[in-house]
Amino acid sequence: MPRESQDHKAPECAPGSVSGIDCDEAVHQLYHYLDGELTEDRRREIARHLDACEPCAGAAGFESELRVVIANRCRDRVPDALLQRIADALHEEQRHSGTT
Amino acid sequence: MADQARFTELSMEFMPALYSAALRMTRNAADAEDLVQETYLKAYRGFGGFTEGTNLKAWLYRILTNTYINSYRAAKRRPEIADVEDVEDLYLYRRLAPDGSADLGRSAEDEALDRFSDDVVKEAIESLPDAFRIAVLLADVEGFSYKEIAEITDVPIGTVMSRLHRGRRALQKALLSYAEARGLVASAPAHSAP
Repeated sequence: MPRESQDHKAPECAPGSVSGIDCDEAVHQLYHYLDGELTEDRRREIARHLDACEPCAGAAGFESELRVVIANRCRDRVPDALLQRIADALHEEQRHSGTT
Repeated sequence: MADQARFTELSMEFMPALYSAALRMTRNAADAEDLVQETYLKAYRGFGGFTEGTNLKAWLYRILTNTYINSYRAAKRRPEIADVEDVEDLYLYRRLAPDGSADLGRSAEDEALDRFSDDVVKEAIESLPDAFRIAVLLADVEGFSYKEIAEITDVPIGTVMSRLHRGRRALQKALLSYAEARGLVASAPAHSAP
């Protein structure tokens, strides 16, 4: 997505004017698009709309960055004591069941 | 038929992800630790029924999620789905773009998102009702597909999609309100583009 000068206003796309689908529909399908859950035809339609429509492309970029941020902020370190506890519990279980 | 002795070898790498998910589900470290331990024990005992070569991570998440729902959820009053108001699409994007310009720009965008600290993101996720929280965790944190989430949570794909859609929008609103409460973000009035 090229960084345009601030005074550049992307054209408002009227329904049906950009690659067959309007902004409402593109926004509505955005999550499915980013999730990789659209059919190939549908995916291509949305991609074409995003190529041609700067406001929607901006929104798509934002949503996709946001997702990365959410995933990265939710990593917690497993306490060593828990690792040990689980290893011990599994070991104990194995000893009792005698399946080794 | 999977060999139980292989279980430890195969499953330990998933513990950090399972533990993080358990923390978001139970919202406290002691319960999260118990939940993960219980998950590993159940998985070990049931490993004979697991087909090696299929998706072990999804299988472990299914045990984690079921155990949470059956044993931990009832312990405390949770917000219900019905308590969550419907939030519009692009809720955050429309409020964080400084002047209503359509394109935030890569660096302005990163800067805006950097202000959502670990604590804010965790709190916001933990504020969601169970059904939304679990769907969002599985999709956005763990990257499971709709089909995998449907299998893990035992609901039809259509239900997964609607939970994700509403859950993600509710999460955006929660993110903004927690970030504002901590003085990390001052939001602009919503603009309409696109």
